[in-house]
Amino acid sequence: MSTTPTIGVLALQGDVREHLGALADAGAPARPVRRPEELAEIGGLVIPGGESTTMSKLAVSFGMLEPLRAFVRAGRPVYGTCAGMIMVADKLLDGRDDQETLGGIDMIVRRNAFGRQNESFEAAIEVAGIGGGPVEGVFIRAPWVESVGASAEVLATYGGHTVAVRQGNVLATSFHPELTGDHRIHALFVEMVRAAAAAGERA
Amino acid sequence: MSSTPTTPQTPETGTARVKRGMAEQLKGGVIMDVVTPEEAKIAEDAGAVAVMALERVPADIRKDGGVARMSDPDMIEGIINAVSIPVMAKSRIGHFVEAQVLQSLGVDYIDESEVLTPADEVNHSDKWAFTTPFVCGATNLGEALRRIAEGAAMIRSKGEAGTGNVVEAVRHLRQIKGEIAKLRGCDNNELFAAAKELRAPYELVKEVAELGKLPVVLFSAGGVATPADAALMRQLGAEGVFVGSGIFKSGDPAKRAAAIVKATTFYDDPKVIADVSRNLGEAMVGINCDTLPETERYANRGW
Repeated sequence: MSTTPTIGVLALQGDVREHLGALADAGAPARPVRRPEELAEIGGLVIPGGESTTMSKLAVSFGMLEPLRAFVRAGRPVYGTCAGMIMVADKLLDGRDDQETLGGIDMIVRRNAFGRQNESFEAAIEVAGIGGGPVEGVFIRAPWVESVGASAEVLATYGGHTVAVRQGNVLATSFHPELTGDHRIHALFVEMVRAAAAAGERA
Repeated sequence: MSSTPTTPQTPETGTARVKRGMAEQLKGGVIMDVVTPEEAKIAEDAGAVAVMALERVPADIRKDGGVARMSDPDMIEGIINAVSIPVMAKSRIGHFVEAQVLQSLGVDYIDESEVLTPADEVNHSDKWAFTTPFVCGATNLGEALRRIAEGAAMIRSKGEAGTGNVVEAVRHLRQIKGEIAKLRGCDNNELFAAAKELRAPYELVKEVAELGKLPVVLFSAGGVATPADAALMRQLGAEGVFVGSGIFKSGDPAKRAAAIVKATTFYDDPKVIADVSRNLGEAMVGINCDTLPETERYANRGW
């Protein structure tokens, strides 16, 4: 019986505190991560909601971009919400020309696709693999997934648009479970991190 | 969250959670005052999480005098079209028609701001009536809670805008944080009197006492001019900063803006703050707040 590995929350900018709380609620020790060397100390990483252009710029400035890409490539579990979904997309639409993503999921994500703040909304979302009824979906200037590759699995759609995706150990949602008291998606991610750690021990 | 609403089956816009949640996404970031699309682009390039579109930065409002009002819709739309990050704009205190106009323009946040000349010396706007969320200034906890009761989804400590002097920002943030700490120490019997003293609704006072923080995001504003100023406000407990005149009234705005963004993220790392503070060129000159006459203190506006 192994203990749950510590999960990092990328703390360059965004709603870090809410993710730390949601992870603790889901039974995982969690800590903020801002520096490349800190990635070695965590079993999985959450990329929070925030402003994706700011996050991308800070990741480049502080030498985090390549270490983060290496983290994803190594198959370590990563979960991105909203701006975090943009960060784990292989391709981005309506981003800035110089905007870097980490990649990780073979998908094209459209930034701010659901509109500006006046169009931000809440809706109940059915997510594949999450039992107990729909989750509380809070969408804030949210992106959607324009298309996914063969290896990516669509977990949820809303209004005909994909809003939750998983590919291997990388998970992404357009919405913000961390802003609600419903942490079933965080619990799913914690399970992914535990499974990855157990697989690593066996290897 | 103590008052988590249940998610509606049909989509709903303008909920408290969506409004407050928007501010949560700005945390750890810098919101910059800009007066042209070009400045907005410089701010976005530097890593701003949002821009505040206005006609004159506070330093110029101070210099020019006269009545300061909502900006020209054309100018606000120009900035909305120039950048992909959120755009905020200011309405006068109590001028709910200016706020209606800003909502119709599609701004992402409305700042009911003491920097503009107040339109109502008794009432602030009813912010619950809007889909667009509001940020309001506060000099103390009671003022912050009155604004939240009126529907503000984000609070910024006021400071003294357009001075380039951080002293009032420090005073107001310390005041708010100090009063929150004091509430934490109150027992249930004392909270009723505390609410009366703060001139704020009991339910909000109780919520703050339980959470140990405001129920909405708290930023700092008014006088931040250097990376170290921004880091100071973060270390004092601000979740992010507004920088007004400090950037575009300085010698090298692009460089200073990027430096303040970095210092806001690494606010607790003096080495990073030292690095980004090198060769920034001239800071805005600034005003000593103790020489400002009472009538020119924007922080006194709002009730």
